[in-house]
Amino acid sequence: MKSFKFDWFVLPLVGVAAVLILWQISCATWAKDLPTPAKTWETSKPYIVEPFAKRGEMDQGILRFTWYSLQLVAKGYLLALLIGTPIGFFLGLSKTFTKIFDPIIQVLRPVSPLAWLPLGLVLFMGAGKDASELGALFTIAICSMWPTVLNTAVGVRAIPQDYLNVAKVLKLSRTKTLFKVLIPASLPYMFTGFRLSLGIAWLVIVAAEMLTGRPGVGGFLWQEYNSLIYEHIILCIVTIGVVGFILDRLMSVVEQKFKTA
Amino acid sequence: MAYLELKNISKNFGGSPVLKDINLSVEKGEFVAIVGFSGAGKTTLISLIAGLLKPSNGSLMLNDLEITQPGPDRGIVFQNYSLLPWLTVFENILLAVEAVNPNWSDDKRKAHVEKYIAMVNLTPARDKKPGELSGGMRQRVSVARALAMDPQILLLDEPLSALDALTRATLQDEVSRIWSDDKKTVVMITNDPDEGIYLADRIIPLTAGPGATLGSSFTVEIPRPRDRKSINHDPHFKQLRREIVEFMLGSKQERHTAITRKLILPDIEPEDLNIPRNMTGWRKTPIRKNEMKEESVEVNS
Repeated sequence: MKSFKFDWFVLPLVGVAAVLILWQISCATWAKDLPTPAKTWETSKPYIVEPFAKRGEMDQGILRFTWYSLQLVAKGYLLALLIGTPIGFFLGLSKTFTKIFDPIIQVLRPVSPLAWLPLGLVLFMGAGKDASELGALFTIAICSMWPTVLNTAVGVRAIPQDYLNVAKVLKLSRTKTLFKVLIPASLPYMFTGFRLSLGIAWLVIVAAEMLTGRPGVGGFLWQEYNSLIYEHIILCIVTIGVVGFILDRLMSVVEQKFKTA
Repeated sequence: MAYLELKNISKNFGGSPVLKDINLSVEKGEFVAIVGFSGAGKTTLISLIAGLLKPSNGSLMLNDLEITQPGPDRGIVFQNYSLLPWLTVFENILLAVEAVNPNWSDDKRKAHVEKYIAMVNLTPARDKKPGELSGGMRQRVSVARALAMDPQILLLDEPLSALDALTRATLQDEVSRIWSDDKKTVVMITNDPDEGIYLADRIIPLTAGPGATLGSSFTVEIPRPRDRKSINHDPHFKQLRREIVEFMLGSKQERHTAITRKLILPDIEPEDLNIPRNMTGWRKTPIRKNEMKEESVEVNS
């Protein structure tokens, strides 16, 4: 127990301390505009100790901002799963479908969220007040669905012939084969895709909020940059990192649950 | 007309035939064992009967109906169990029962599944997943699943070959017991002549591949129930065993096949550097091509 604590608690603290020292030294030497750790803490304190405070549209506690961002991510991510999983299934089941759509997917996949967002805004220009939200959702969905699509396809292709033989011998109907054999057999792959997709969705939200100025962690970050409060940029970066880390851990726990032997 | 009838079946996967001139007729209630070397095409044969593969030539009839696709009238026990790992023992068997008897009530289905779990002595492991079971237990689930479908014929594809000797003996006894209770028609594939003699009414050897075919059948005239200990001293058992093994080894030696090999004869004449090159590519390629030849060689396979 003692060595466990040492390994998993003390050693990471050493890492944090090293970064703080490096940061302090940087402030003192080459990066004069970078706020020091102490000053960052001082300025960020009201946002951390009152994480749910709402003092104005763009002046809210950090967890409240995080909550806004998470809500948007959740919607976009669900959209990505709902669109991505069926596409992945079709890709995995049909070679013809793969030949038709794989080149398009490979071309669209590396496109940056910053490039999709303006298109999203244009698409939903008619929506008026909701345009920025719909644009952001579109961007999150289209950027984060690719790992789901590709992993699902791989998972479906990797289903052992034995399982398919069982379905054939039992003459299971198409729906039954899908729900009793195909989906459970490819779940572990699908969840790897879901996890990667969630990571990307969280990356995209920051970019989307920065460009649309929506309240949220990303929007707050950009606003504070424009208001020259650089301490809050660091606060936002740390928050984004921690939240992303927690989301990834959560997904990996869920993923473990669905690992089939 | 026999119950299961295979006529002049041959199967090839593109190249030379794996199986050819397969003729087999099995009577209702008979237990037939097909003994063959590994790689001879035993699994191909059972997949044909199951309908998972289509024969290149010939016809398969079960109960006067042509076999064209897989179906629950032929219960298969696969060599590698083929249980769905995300379902428990109960659910695996229930899936089969539901598929075969869609209009049974839930209670009836459940009772049916329980009955077959009990038949293979797995009631304590009812709610376990296949991953938590030993190989022997998994194979018993697989047997129970096949039996619970109440098929017209039971196909066993080397059901016991992946198990250790002791488990294997226990399961052989169990298969024997279940068969004598149920009197199903059984076609079992095995690589072990002893197992075949112990369980079956008739043994049919499959010659070594490629182009494997069935030899003439040996009838096992040892009365049932057969006793594992005394069977080893039975003169009929010894004689049968010797005959089968001799037949199979003989079939292996007979195989002389001619195969064609591709030979590449490199051109070893020094290149003449004065001959101008074509300017299409950067890489230097020899101007003269290597000579390709084919030769025919006699081999023992």
